[in-house]
Amino acid sequence: MDAVSEPARGESFVLEPRALQALLDAIVAEGYQIRGPLVRDHAVCLDEVTRVEQLPVGWTDEQEGGHYRLTRRGGSALFGCGVGQDSWKRLLHRPLALLWSAERDDGGLALSEPHEEPARFAFFGVRPCDLAAINIQDGILAAGRYPDPFYRARRQGLLTVVANCTSAGGTCFCASMGTGPRAESGFDLALTELWPDTANHALLVETGSDAGTRLLAAVPRRPAGDPERREADEATRRAVEQMGRRLDTSDIHGMLMGNLEHPRWAEVARRCLACGNCTLVCPTCFCTNFEDGGDLELRHAERTRRWDSCFTLGFTRLHGGPVRRKIRSRYRQWMTHKLATWFDQFGTSGCVGCGRCITWCPVGIDLTEESAAIRASDGRSGR
Amino acid sequence: MSIRSSLLPRTFRVVERHEETADTATLVLEAEDGAPLEFAPGQFNMLYAFGRGEAPISLSGDPASPQRLLHTIRAAGPVTEALAGLRPGEHLALRGPYGSRWPVEESEGKDVLVIAGGLGLAPLRPVIYRLLAARERYGRIVVLYGARGPDGLLYRAELESWRSRLDLEVEVTVDHANGAWHGDVGVVPSLIPRARFSPADAVAMVCGPEVMMRFTVAALLERGLAPEQIHLSLERNMRCGVAQCGHCQLGPFLVCRDGPVLPYTRLGELLTIHEL
Amino acid sequence: MQTIERIVREHPFFQGLDEASSTLIAGCARNAVFHVGEHLFREGEPADLFFLLRHGKVALEFNAPGREPLTFATLQEGEVLGAAWLFPPYRWSYDARAVELTRAVALDGKCLREKAERDHDFGYELMKRFVPVFARRLQQTRLQLLDVYGRPRTGGGRP
Repeated sequence: MDAVSEPARGESFVLEPRALQALLDAIVAEGYQIRGPLVRDHAVCLDEVTRVEQLPVGWTDEQEGGHYRLTRRGGSALFGCGVGQDSWKRLLHRPLALLWSAERDDGGLALSEPHEEPARFAFFGVRPCDLAAINIQDGILAAGRYPDPFYRARRQGLLTVVANCTSAGGTCFCASMGTGPRAESGFDLALTELWPDTANHALLVETGSDAGTRLLAAVPRRPAGDPERREADEATRRAVEQMGRRLDTSDIHGMLMGNLEHPRWAEVARRCLACGNCTLVCPTCFCTNFEDGGDLELRHAERTRRWDSCFTLGFTRLHGGPVRRKIRSRYRQWMTHKLATWFDQFGTSGCVGCGRCITWCPVGIDLTEESAAIRASDGRSGR
Repeated sequence: MSIRSSLLPRTFRVVERHEETADTATLVLEAEDGAPLEFAPGQFNMLYAFGRGEAPISLSGDPASPQRLLHTIRAAGPVTEALAGLRPGEHLALRGPYGSRWPVEESEGKDVLVIAGGLGLAPLRPVIYRLLAARERYGRIVVLYGARGPDGLLYRAELESWRSRLDLEVEVTVDHANGAWHGDVGVVPSLIPRARFSPADAVAMVCGPEVMMRFTVAALLERGLAPEQIHLSLERNMRCGVAQCGHCQLGPFLVCRDGPVLPYTRLGELLTIHEL
Repeated sequence: MQTIERIVREHPFFQGLDEASSTLIAGCARNAVFHVGEHLFREGEPADLFFLLRHGKVALEFNAPGREPLTFATLQEGEVLGAAWLFPPYRWSYDARAVELTRAVALDGKCLREKAERDHDFGYELMKRFVPVFARRLQQTRLQLLDVYGRPRTGGGRP
């Protein structure tokens, strides 16, 4: 069971569950701050994890439109819960950030940026859909002519340990979006939990980077064999079958953009509260607004950036007032952006199929259902 | 943090201030560090008023003088009010330039129509400077400009000097006037049927309120321009300028990055979809 | 010297008009010149005429006591002025004043009205030319009413 040779990138191994602590220790020893799933306030949250026991062992979740419950299933499964309302976005693209501050005196105006050592994070237990979401945000915040230094500083040093899904939540549809339930690349390490609650309980580990491979050197492991690989494939297949939702993505851009005046938008607007929950829980929604403040002597001022939501009325404010006055327009904006115009703007879909927006919508609006309803009565001519 | 944020502005000093209309002023700015800010006609900067916030304002000066920036600002809210009220010697901060540019070089050899309504002349003035700097490379140049009333016209002295040139046709119209106004009365689209240019070989650059632009486009199409000969500059709620805050979306476009200048062919019917 | 018939036929308003109709119209036409400040017509006067503008500029105005005249449109070369002759009560509803030396063809509306009554094909041809002008001017008036450059009155601020 002990390491017999140096692990090589691209290889896969098998760990016993108790070896996971050695992996966590190795990550900490490399200087990372680990963030991983743990149970808090009756939900799975992402926070500091250094011990295996902190993971939601023996818990599972029920997810439906507007419904989330953690329940005890018992047993030894480490990754029995799907994603909660929290997402890694909160750690990379912070909800509130001080951008800079300004000092004014008779001589003029001086601006300075805050000094902060960027955290070196290891994200542990990243679901494939959420890994895809990080890649999508990279394309917006870390790429292009004006990369966001705040995001990039946190992203550059990031280590990701994926937990592939072996069961699916009630609102998931990653299989439709091509983001899961198994991550193919883009991780440092990927775990697949095998045979929980049995004597054979184990984790298949795939290496995706040199950094990930190096970490395994100190972790008791053995090379993966055919039974483990077969079971991982099997578990992936089961998760696909269990998937609670499905989204038909064929020609989805044309389908939605050709139906901007579809009556369904008004119908969903009667249910939508414009609360913005979907945008806050969405792991790809990136919109922010800026806030300015200062002291009463008008010598010191600060500019901060805060998450915003396209569901707020002020989001599109122009001189005459907001462009999107009706909830119909705001829901339409959110959904068409996610599923269609994101391709125009950033070359990818804005949806990874994690299902959070469905689970955490207080009235259970389901974008897969809305999309299907529009498709079912496609108003484009010639259909 | 060692990387300088793209959201961190540079400080500038107001060196001149010109009152344009009752609520609009043009500021002439110079960088505190003296470094020029190169820009192309049509681009904008994010201007920061101390403690109040930022507003997107078009560059309205001569691109050949990047060390002397001109911004024409209408006081329409707390930020623009503070900006428009700045006096020579006072400071602001700005970052940019952002956004797309008017197709000035691409229009060489053609007739050029510069069509503006109200404040829309500000982002088009750099186009006029560029055209006049290389006058011989263009065919006819027609400037059509409209405002609510005579007191809403920007750059009046400059309009007069352009009007006196023989190599430039300048038509100015106002929506409402009384006896003191001897110019045209009517909306901007009404100037198009009689403007002298060759529709087959012209490029139109249009900026103004969206309704004005829609009817201007209709008049241009009626006159025989093809949609690909028409370019518009759009206004949306641009907050970051770097395609990261999401506020300025118009369907497939992030107006701060893909616009503000967009060819009419790409806008198509988006402009008539309500609340898009 | 140009014949009045040729002037009529070459004016953009009557472009492409057939020869018979041109002859009919020319029979009701005469040349007119207005000096700066001279009125072509005033509100309330009988509207027996309309004008094809050939040169110059005409301001269309409303007058009210204690106010300067309010100009709501200016018309120039190539445009047509006046439609009140077409329908009862055949009276002008605004003032038209030359703001530049203006040359025009004045057409006798009463004469044309009678010809149109007798020959509906001719009348329909006239209508096809006048109605788009009305529609365009109405649209332009709507735009003026919208006050697109003004500060919108609805709520909401801007930066």
